[in-house]
Amino acid sequence: MREIIRIGLLRGALETKQFMRQRESVVFTLAFPVILLFIFGSVFKDNLAPGVTFSQYFVAGMIASGLVNTGFQQLAIMIPMERDFGTIKRLRGTPMSPVSYFIGKSIVVTVTMLAQTVILLAVGAIFFKLNMPSSSSKWLTFLWLIVLGSICSTVLGIAFSSVPKSGRGASAVVSPIVIILQFFSGVFFVFSSLPHWMQQFAAIFPLKWLTQGMRSVFLPDTFAVKEVAKSWEGGRTLAILSAWIIAGTLISLRTFKWSEK
Amino acid sequence: MLDHLRQDAAMSDAISITALRKQYPDKSAPAGVKSAVDGIDLTVASGEIFALLGPNGAGKTTTVEILEGYREPTSGEVRVLGFNPADLGNSASEFRNRIGIVLQSTNDAADLSVQESVRHFSKYYTNPKDPEEVIDAVGLREKAKSKVRSLSGGQRRRLDVALGIIGTPELLFLDEPTTGFDPEARRAFWGLIRTLRDAGTTILLTTHYLDEAEALADRVGVIANGKILEISTPANLGGRNSAKAIVTWNEDGARREVHTDDPTKEVLRLSSRFDGNIPELTVTRPTLEDIYLRMIGGGV
Repeated sequence: MREIIRIGLLRGALETKQFMRQRESVVFTLAFPVILLFIFGSVFKDNLAPGVTFSQYFVAGMIASGLVNTGFQQLAIMIPMERDFGTIKRLRGTPMSPVSYFIGKSIVVTVTMLAQTVILLAVGAIFFKLNMPSSSSKWLTFLWLIVLGSICSTVLGIAFSSVPKSGRGASAVVSPIVIILQFFSGVFFVFSSLPHWMQQFAAIFPLKWLTQGMRSVFLPDTFAVKEVAKSWEGGRTLAILSAWIIAGTLISLRTFKWSEK
Repeated sequence: MLDHLRQDAAMSDAISITALRKQYPDKSAPAGVKSAVDGIDLTVASGEIFALLGPNGAGKTTTVEILEGYREPTSGEVRVLGFNPADLGNSASEFRNRIGIVLQSTNDAADLSVQESVRHFSKYYTNPKDPEEVIDAVGLREKAKSKVRSLSGGQRRRLDVALGIIGTPELLFLDEPTTGFDPEARRAFWGLIRTLRDAGTTILLTTHYLDEAEALADRVGVIANGKILEISTPANLGGRNSAKAIVTWNEDGARREVHTDDPTKEVLRLSSRFDGNIPELTVTRPTLEDIYLRMIGGGV
């Protein structure tokens, strides 16, 4: 067990190093949410409620999306590519445990996710007067949302990595799913103003719950009544994320492919 | 007593395969299945270099990947260092600590340097070699700090070999290791393989190059259509040692040819007939390649 963790940490460090060396993807991953914040923050200047700017609403959604981008999207694209390159097959032939591989992946996801969140919060605070979470209980919610959200996103990314037939096609399969979910889950628009069927559909998937959870962290509690359910639904968010984590883990264990054949 | 002897024999075999079959579903085949490996028996002794020869699609890689634990056989008995690679259970990491694998083609870790890759992989094993020594042994010292993406095809292959031997394997699998090497690099690679053999490593090699099999292998097995055609030493394969020699010469403006068991006698006979100098005399024996091509020509 110690050996598995030791090698998992080594892989995490190595994967982070490899990620940092791919300059284009670093810039894209870290800067893209900030660019979107500038666009949306500059277009929508109205307040959604007294003291709640659109930027404030949007940042909550972007942090939630960041969890999906760095976990689900990144892994569901990267793993099929590694399968094509023979990386995974080579690792399978060494004493390294598969669990160490997954630990490595979750480390690189966590590192990029934290970097993305910190940059987004800093830019929001400097340019858009973003309010930080106002109480320790909100910080606590923020923490468990990030932990559960990134675990959920990571296992679902690993589970989904068996779907694309090749590394080349992976991005074309994965990216549209993420973009559609972002629209449906109230990242780019105010969720309560979306059509009912869209809200229902989004409620199946974790992103909607992460987004709503992040709003409970970044928006005043008075805003809760403006949610579709008239509440932040913290308990339900916890339950649904946990269910997806269990489902994603089971699917990953059953379907993970070590080579293209 | 007999049991005891049999056990000794089993102990000294690094690999033993009995009646190995691997079938894949194939709608176009008459039986609905295609046999990639169709009843192979094979043993590789400890410390031996064994070369598996055969055309593309013969079943070489499938066989090797079953031994490495990447694929499960449809039927048959497989033992690798005493393990069943299809059912390793808790001994997966012990098994993989004792083997080394050089896969056919890989294209990974482009953003790491040679040294970073070799050092990192060394940490997976309980008894690794010194990464610097391995880098020297495969001839990548000058490229140690270079990114993997900047390596040539042959250099990449040498890195693959470095990663395959870093764990001090007892048994090394080499799947077409010298594809893309220039002749000089191939010679250097052969030297490296001999060093490993001298240190007691068992090596299972697949190759397209008959000179490579001849230079390295203690025994060769020829495989075609999933079946072993023959297992022998390179010198004896296909009755090569007892094959007739071919004596050719020019006479009356045409090329003449005689196949004989006793070329010396034939040459002496010709020599006396031509009164000394036989025009454009050649005496040849079939090369390993001639024998091999004849065998797989009959097998395909």
